[in-house]
Amino acid sequence: MLTPLASLRTGLELHLTAESRTWLRRALTEAADARPDTAAPGGGAAPDTGAAPRLPRWELHFVTAGRKCHPAPRTSDTAAVAPDPVDAARVLILHAAAPDTDTLTRLYTRGTADERRAVLLALPHLDPPPATAGALALVEDALRTNDTRLIAAALGPYAAAHLQAHQWRQGVLKCLFTGVPLAVVAGLEHRAAGDDELARMLADYARERTAAGRTVPEDLGHVLKLARFEEIREEIEERDAP
Amino acid sequence: MKTPTRPPARRIFDPHIHMTSRTTDDYAAMYEAGVRALVEPSFWLGQPRTSPATFFDYFDSLLGWEPYRAAQYGIAHHCTLALNPKEANDPRCAPVLDELPRYLIKDGVVAVGEVGYDSMTPAEDTALAAQLQLALDHELPALVHTPHRDKAAGLARTLDVLRESGLPPERVVLDHLNETTVGAAADSGCWLGFSIYPDTKMDPDRMVRILRVHGTERVLVNSAADWGHSDPLKTSHVADAMLAAGFDEDDVDQVLWRNPVAFYGQSGRLTLDVAPPGEREQQLFQGNSILRGGE
Repeated sequence: MLTPLASLRTGLELHLTAESRTWLRRALTEAADARPDTAAPGGGAAPDTGAAPRLPRWELHFVTAGRKCHPAPRTSDTAAVAPDPVDAARVLILHAAAPDTDTLTRLYTRGTADERRAVLLALPHLDPPPATAGALALVEDALRTNDTRLIAAALGPYAAAHLQAHQWRQGVLKCLFTGVPLAVVAGLEHRAAGDDELARMLADYARERTAAGRTVPEDLGHVLKLARFEEIREEIEERDAP
Repeated sequence: MKTPTRPPARRIFDPHIHMTSRTTDDYAAMYEAGVRALVEPSFWLGQPRTSPATFFDYFDSLLGWEPYRAAQYGIAHHCTLALNPKEANDPRCAPVLDELPRYLIKDGVVAVGEVGYDSMTPAEDTALAAQLQLALDHELPALVHTPHRDKAAGLARTLDVLRESGLPPERVVLDHLNETTVGAAADSGCWLGFSIYPDTKMDPDRMVRILRVHGTERVLVNSAADWGHSDPLKTSHVADAMLAAGFDEDDVDQVLWRNPVAFYGQSGRLTLDVAPPGEREQQLFQGNSILRGGE
């Protein structure tokens, strides 16, 4: 069976122009050659032509993916390329290069919003995994922004597995504040279940909205039920009913 | 039957506007007036900066937060980056030049700019020449500001430096031109940029008179709206003035859309397909299940 990233690569290649496909293969080969555990010392750095900063070639591919990775013209069968091909290409490059946590942090802090989003999306796929504290610092940085695409990317499986409860609850609440659908929060059902503090925060937020004469986001009710264990209680009550 | 070659509605590309200084109301009004793309050059923020780090936060904003804001209103946002002429005179800011290469490789950067002269000092000479070389190295166009004071002499000196730089004139736009500088600028082969302001620089009727004399080729019209008395809808007002003066819709589309697309398109980095405001939210979060670790 294909791993999720192998499926991602296959799906992406199907959607790209021939030129972009060639670019992607080269980028992934050069990224794999630069893996810290296999690369020759000093290998992979771009020649210092003055045209570009002296970055490893795979990092240049990561930065320039937006203008190198073009989907082929859409047909009725491929109406939407999902996920975003540039996001997918950058995640695949990061996975192939397996950067250490310092490199990952540098790519994020020196990255555009698109590059930062790709770093966040890649976090759960990296092998070896990044140092938890360093990776969480990036997640928390993204959750402090008001860029909804960064917020959504930050609340992926990595946050579900590692983000401390208070920060995670704040992230869920921030989604409600900024209009990010809660369906994007990875592991929502598992993490929200029986979380009394989250239930209190959601109920308070619903009360605040109602007091202001504003609507309560539709998906709040679903998560509030989860947090209060209502669905599970109902199931148990039904099961135990005489 | 003749195939229609014109777009169904007016589309405007503002090739020089400082949205960092503007509100979301401006974005909404611009979209309403037909603006679908813009370029935001890095510039002087009014308060002099004292360290390179504040430039880097600003550049990051032009590659992060500001494109995000623009996209919320259905407008494609690109930027030009540089150490501006005024602050090139402060030695505390000069190290920005050393860090520019890592920014100039970014996808959203479509030119080096604004570069040029403010007071025509030796420090400005150095910064201008160094940044024109960066434009050559990165295969980017250059947005060259002509000075507000002593403009004609400033343009002459700018043209000398441009000739020495080896940057082809078709990769350069000379901005903030007016009746006294348009002739020399046109003779240079560079693109001609005009900033339309409520009171100063140029106004829509004067712009139309220049278009009558020089034609619509190689002309870019911008609002250069910023934190001062300026108007982000001035591009639209020029379109109205052009139609009132007898230009047709195709002329308007050339000056206000196709010309800036052609000029900044030389970077190979223009992406103009931004979803309309109503459809954007739906597109944002759909279909990422694999990246997000789902099935």
